[in-house]
Amino acid sequence: MSSLPTTTPNSGTRFTGVAIGLHWLIAIAIIGTFSVGLYMHELPLSPQKLRIYSWHKWAGVTIFMFVALRLVWRLLHRPPELPAGMPVWQRKAAEATHVLLYLLMFAVPLSGWLMSSAKGFQTVWFGVLPLPDLLDKNKELGDLLQEVHELLNFGMAALVIAHLGAALKHHFIDRDDVLARMLPFLARTTGDIK
Amino acid sequence: MNCRLFGPTLAGAFLIIAPAAHAIEFNQFQAGKSALSFVSKQMNVPVEGQFKSFRSKIAFDPAKPAAARAELEIDLASIDAGSKDANDEVAGKAWFNTKEFPVAKFVATSVKPLGGNRFELAGKMTIKGRTQDLTTPVTLRQEGNSATFEGSLVLKRADYALGEGMWADFGTVANEVQVKFRLVATAATAAAAAKK
Repeated sequence: MSSLPTTTPNSGTRFTGVAIGLHWLIAIAIIGTFSVGLYMHELPLSPQKLRIYSWHKWAGVTIFMFVALRLVWRLLHRPPELPAGMPVWQRKAAEATHVLLYLLMFAVPLSGWLMSSAKGFQTVWFGVLPLPDLLDKNKELGDLLQEVHELLNFGMAALVIAHLGAALKHHFIDRDDVLARMLPFLARTTGDIK
Repeated sequence: MNCRLFGPTLAGAFLIIAPAAHAIEFNQFQAGKSALSFVSKQMNVPVEGQFKSFRSKIAFDPAKPAAARAELEIDLASIDAGSKDANDEVAGKAWFNTKEFPVAKFVATSVKPLGGNRFELAGKMTIKGRTQDLTTPVTLRQEGNSATFEGSLVLKRADYALGEGMWADFGTVANEVQVKFRLVATAATAAAAAKK
């Protein structure tokens, strides 16, 4: 990727504005959609439940598209370097967490879409754009995919907590600029923004 | 002549208008080959369902469509509305209220030829104690001893008080429900008639 044009040099101390915007937009959308998912599945059947399910599915499709956009942006723009003194195991853990989070940001909505198809409820984005049903209706498969969707979500929640914990640890214990790369107003050093 | 299928009054009426002996009459309903399905729209998304148990009394002579008879009884508790949640819900009072109204019934009142193998079937549909006039085109496919009657029509759920209370609004579950039917009847053969 280093041969590709970049808007942010490797030595930069912050992500690009687009990367920051996509990160926080997707973060808020995922937390919201995850919470709605936790809340909705125990509801008794009602028009409200059908509406909430639809909005949850539409949100998932939307997040998937933003994540695709974000991955393309990420591949074209190298993130700023990590602090020089960071131990190798921490760099590796950070890298692994980020790769897994990207995988899950795709896998979670994908599993929801497949689950929906297997349960016989097509996903029609905002009630307008029908997504194809990749699977035929199959109750057992639908139940299995529901478990998969749930497991992937709890896996993602655990990773998000680790990701958040690491960011806070960098900011408050290591007192470096790792969090400020994604939240520039927190930057401790001055003069290199923009 | 198979009179077992009809109530005494209908049977009497039917005997008078019975066609000549050489005419073919499809009157042996074949439950296993028949199907009754529907598509409802939830949040503008089509959701398929079906009824697994229903009975029909059919007497149809293609040469005398006006003399045709048809009745359909549907066991509403046999519904598959797409999920267990939905099946439990639609059995309840807001929908079919299957405890009080276990059966939906259609009784044909007229059959008009539309040319070729197409007919217009009119009759009265009773669901949940509400009776409505209903008209639907029917296509006949005849294969030897067997006749397949197929058609599809749109029912409005509100006409039968299906989905009351919180479901009454059409924003989530549309009023229009597409119903598709395939009813198969065979003609009684001489051998089958002899068994009676």
